Order: sequence, then C-alpha cells, then structure tokens
Amino acid sequence: MAIVTMREALNQALREEMQRDESVFLMGEEVAAYQGAYKVTKGLLEELGPKRVIDTPITELGFAGLGVGAAMAGLRPIVEFMTFNFSILATDQIINSAAKMLYMSGGQFNIPIVFRGPGGSAFQVSSQHSQALESWFAYFPGLKVVMPSTPADAKGLLKSSIRDNDPVIFIEQERMYGSKGEVSDDPEFTIPLGVADVKREGNDATIVARSLMVPVVLKAAEALEKEGISCEVIDPRTIRPLDIKTIVESVKKTNRVVIAEESHPFCGVAAEIASEIMERAFDYLDAPVKRVSGVDVPMPYAKNLEDAAIPNVDQLVAAVKEVSYLE
Amino acid sequence: MLAANHFKADPIVAKSTQDMKKQTPEASRVVAEDASATGVLDHDEAEETDHRLDPTQAVKDAQKRRFAELDRATLIGIYRQMLLARRFEEKSAEAYSTGKIGGFCHLYIGQEAVAVGAISAIRKDDYVLTSYREHAHAIAKGMSPDSVMAELYGKAGGCSHGKGGSMHMFDKELNFLGGHGIVGGQIPLATGVAFATKYKETDQVTLCFFGEAAVNQGAFHESMNMAQLWKLPCIYICENNQYGMGTSLERAMSLQDISQKACAYEIAAEFVDGMDVLAVREATLRAVERARKNYLPTLLEVRTYRFMGHSMSDPGNYRTRAEIERHQERDPLKLFSTSLKEEGIMNEEEMKKVDDEVRAEVDHAVRFAEESPLPAPEELFTDVYADPLPENE
Repeated sequence: MAIVTMREALNQALREEMQRDESVFLMGEEVAAYQGAYKVTKGLLEELGPKRVIDTPITELGFAGLGVGAAMAGLRPIVEFMTFNFSILATDQIINSAAKMLYMSGGQFNIPIVFRGPGGSAFQVSSQHSQALESWFAYFPGLKVVMPSTPADAKGLLKSSIRDNDPVIFIEQERMYGSKGEVSDDPEFTIPLGVADVKREGNDATIVARSLMVPVVLKAAEALEKEGISCEVIDPRTIRPLDIKTIVESVKKTNRVVIAEESHPFCGVAAEIASEIMERAFDYLDAPVKRVSGVDVPMPYAKNLEDAAIPNVDQLVAAVKEVSYLE
Repeated sequence: MLAANHFKADPIVAKSTQDMKKQTPEASRVVAEDASATGVLDHDEAEETDHRLDPTQAVKDAQKRRFAELDRATLIGIYRQMLLARRFEEKSAEAYSTGKIGGFCHLYIGQEAVAVGAISAIRKDDYVLTSYREHAHAIAKGMSPDSVMAELYGKAGGCSHGKGGSMHMFDKELNFLGGHGIVGGQIPLATGVAFATKYKETDQVTLCFFGEAAVNQGAFHESMNMAQLWKLPCIYICENNQYGMGTSLERAMSLQDISQKACAYEIAAEFVDGMDVLAVREATLRAVERARKNYLPTLLEVRTYRFMGHSMSDPGNYRTRAEIERHQERDPLKLFSTSLKEEGIMNEEEMKKVDDEVRAEVDHAVRFAEESPLPAPEELFTDVYADPLPENE
C-alpha cells in the first residue's frame, strides 16, 4: 500500500495490464511522446515502446473505429480520449459498432475495448470542454460505464475494465487527477465491475453519489453527523451495469434518499436511479426521492457562475434535511 | 525526407504524384503503371468510351492476356460465383416481395464482378468487411447461401442467428467481419483489422468495400490518413455504382474522380472497370501484393452500376430506364460469359449446367431458410455482453 494520486493509480493500472498482456495497446492524442495531456500515460512509451503506445492524429471517429476493428481481430485496445468531450465525434463507432457488434453478429464478435479519459466538469473551460456524458453512454445496452471516485477504485476498476471482454467507457474526473489515497501495489488487485461501494455507513438517509460528487457528499455527511443525522453514502462506481441492489438495500434501511450528480438532471443517471428505487422500494420511502444535479444549462466560463452550476456541500446538506422533513 | 523514401518504395504513388505536378487535375487520374490493362473509363464520357462497344486494342489485349494466365477451373469458379450471387439476389427479391424477408434489402445485381473479382484475389485467412449491400460478398468469402438466406429470413439458422438480418452478415471462422449499416462505418473498422494483423505480424490483408457515397464521410478520410501514416495492409475498394441511394455522384461530390482522392493521403490508387471481373481481380492482386509484402494500403475505385434500386423500396424515379439499359449492355455476367465462350473455356451447354447447379443451390438455401426455426424467445436477451453480469436483482 502506498499513498498515490489518482493520476498515478491510473498509470499503474495501465502499466501493469500492458505488461501482463501483449495484446493490450494504448492509443490516443498525445499519449506517447507528450506523455499524456494529463500525464496519465507518463513513461509508458519509454517502457513499452511505440508499437504499443501510439500517438494518433486528431481524428476521434477514425481511431475509435480503428480500435473497434482491432478488437474484432483479437487485440485489446485502450483508446484514450484527451477528454470525453471529444468522444462526441466518435459516438457512431462507440454506439453503432462497439456496443452492438456482439448482438448483431449473433454472439460472434465481442469487443474487448476500453475508451477512457477525463470527463465531467473541468476548471473554467466553458461549455464545450466541461460536461458530464455518462448518461449518453449508459443508455446503450452493450456498453459498460465506469466512474471511479478514489485512486484505489480508479486502479482496481481500470484493471478490471482492461481485462473485461466487453466495451467499457471509463470516465476519469478531470478535477480529481490530483486527489490522493491508498492504493494496493499487488498486480492482481482488481475491483469487479457492477459492484457499488458503501463509502460511509449510516442510518438516517442514503446519499448516492458518483465521481466528483463523492468527496462533496462525504463532506456533507460529516457536517450532518454533527447535527445528529447519520448518512449512508453509496458510490455505484459502475453506472452500467448498475448495482441497484446495494442502493435499494440501503434505502430500505434509511427510508430516505438523495442522489447527487454533477451532470444535467434531464434524462440523467439520477433520474434512472430514482425510477428504479420507486419501482423496487416505494413502500419503504418516507419522503420523495431527491435529486441534486448540475444545473440545466451549458457550463459557463466565469468562476462564480461555474461554481453555481455544480452541486456543493450546502445544497447536499439542505437536500438531506429536506427528505428528513427537518427544514 | 520520409515522403521521398515512400515514393521510392512505391512506384504507383510516385507516378501519381508526378502526374499531379505536370498535368491538369482533370488529366491526373491516378492509375497503375499498366493503365491500359485496367480498362480506364472516363466518367464524363462513359458512353463514348464504353469499351465493350468500342474497346481499344490495349484493353482487348489485356483481356486476352488475363484469360491466358488463368486456368480453366479458376475461370469457371469465378463464373459460378458471379452467377450464384445473381441468382441468390433474384431469389432474395422474390422472397422480399412475398414478405418472407423484412426490413431493408439492398440487392447487388449488376455489381457482381466487384465482390467476386476482388475476393477471388485473396486467401481464405484474409479479412473482408463491407457495407449493408453484402450478400454477395458473404457468399464469395465462402459463407453458405443457406446461412445467408436464413439470416435474411430472420431465422435461427442464419449466420447471425437472426439478430443481424440483411445488413449484418458475419462469419468469424471465415474472417468475414460484416455487414455494416452506417454509410462508411466499416472503413475505420477495416483499418483497425489491418492494424491488428500488422501488430500480430501476420501477412493477412484486409479488403474493405464501400460505396462511392461513403467517400463523402469523414470516416473515409480519417481512415485513409491513418492507413498510409501507419502503413496498414488494407485495400479500400470503392464500389462506385454512381448513386448514393437516389442522389447521383454528380449531385453529391465536388471532385468526382474518386481515385484522385488517394493523392491527398499519398495512397496508391487505381481506377478499375467494375464490369470486368478479371480486371477487378487483377487490380486487387496488385494491391494484395503491396499489402502483403510491404504493409501498404491501396484505394481502388471500381466503376460499376446497380441494376436494381437502392433497396427493395426504391421508386427509381431519379434515373431513366434508358440509362439502366445502357449499363445493362455491359452486364458483368454477360460480358464474362461472352468472353468465356469466345476464349473456348465454356460452351452454352456447360454454362447451362452451371446455372442449373447454382439454381439448385439457391433453392436449397430457400428451403433451408423456410425450414429453419425462428430464434428462441430467450435469444432476445443473449449476446448483449460477453462476460456475465453481476446479479443485481
């Protein structure tokens, strides 16, 4: 065990899995000579060579499709998007090729590929470079969507994603690369996809949070604890397949739930979770499910407006009090 | 410096680039050294230069030479494949019109020389990817007409177990990688397959077929760039049937000489008469050699024509009957069968025998499809993920 940043944890996962399996290669914009736009791929070119760590032209649709084709022919590509904002250009290949190939070929061609890179809100880069796209990808059967919130989860989940035989969308939070935590150095350390993690145990209310919202929610839970409200914090870690069982079990215990997300609320992941809770645990709810989402506008540039667009600790404290009928 | 070295290793590119420098764009068509042998047609004057009606001596000589170079069994095999593709599609149209086949159904009638000629030039372990007009490619790659017809019928015995349909034929054993429904979507995929074969250091090549309308997609240009940048053994075969659905090439493409687009990426290219099956085969063989030996891509613009509509629901109001009939005078099957007879390879009686065999094979495919069971209801939920999902209920 060592304390490392999320950036380093991801780097370790890439290095270990590429050392473990010759069929794994990494491609993307600036991943090799530049050492990664966010330095996640630092040192990999030197260690693994240009055959396996490949700088691409700025041609997202092209290299995403090339990766899917390489997977059809037996390789295990890791395709880095410099940010997931640019994956929008590649969605035809992700959705129409990667997600559907196994099904429409009657089970003949699975696509073992990882599309990874930073996503979610970034620091003051305005509307096109600061957005959460997980609900897009999670919509499609055939894709898996993973969003770690700690360095340990990042490493264990990325290793599992690379070993997975299906296409995985692995979204790293752009603001969290520098966050630190304890990470295993066991090369066989993995975390299974589709299993939620209880980040904090509690009895009075459940808060479901993913990615950037997890540390924010944990702070809110600490503040609420001081006021005598015990919150259980659940991080699904994998958006699809979603571990709804763990969430529902918690709701049955606490009878109150708040879902936090930095993405837009409309047709979002929180809406899906709320619906699942309603279908599976309606009789256990003592208050309507409460969502706390990013605001329903494109991301602004100005610092004060940007701060106001993303849920904060105060909003989450207020939301838990609201479902507890305390305010 | 790097570019100069590429030219030395690559005479076709060198020639095309020189042509670009010294000639007007109109005259700078990228062709092989052996230009006359490929049966170059001028698109703007197609009628006048129709070389079946008035072939140049060079084209006649090239056609004669190709026949002389191939043994009888190979020639008959090619004829049989083309006829099988034709009869299969005729039967598909029939089954579609009686409601046995649903959805879209894009027929290949008129274009048989392209798939059959090109696929006859590769090995069994080479890869093929194509668009949604792919029944003939699948069969030419070795898939049984039974499994292709059953797929059209949406039956469990289909190659994709009834989940893909007309547009999504696959056969992993035969390295037939689909069957793709988004125009140009298969081009990056094929580029990736070629990437994988080079990565694994095999000498397999990948054929990537697409229509001329796909050339307007970014996927085409992005793939061309990567293929030459990384020297990938992919052969891009543009089946220029002159219409993207109901929109003619002239209405959709600013530069209609598709082979010229290869110049933008320093890729070798040839313009090929797609009604001449042996010309397609020979051009593909040249491209295969470059791919297998030197990991180099090629773009072939193969001029062809579809005699049927874009799909079975095409009203056909965008072209005249006369235009279709003019192209039907150069029906690839008719051209090849005439040559086979003229060269003394096959007589009328032998051709009749092949036709009878092929019709029997297609009839068998229809019977197989009719008798094959529907996919089991539980198949709705299989093949979504390869790995088992955790129990979350």
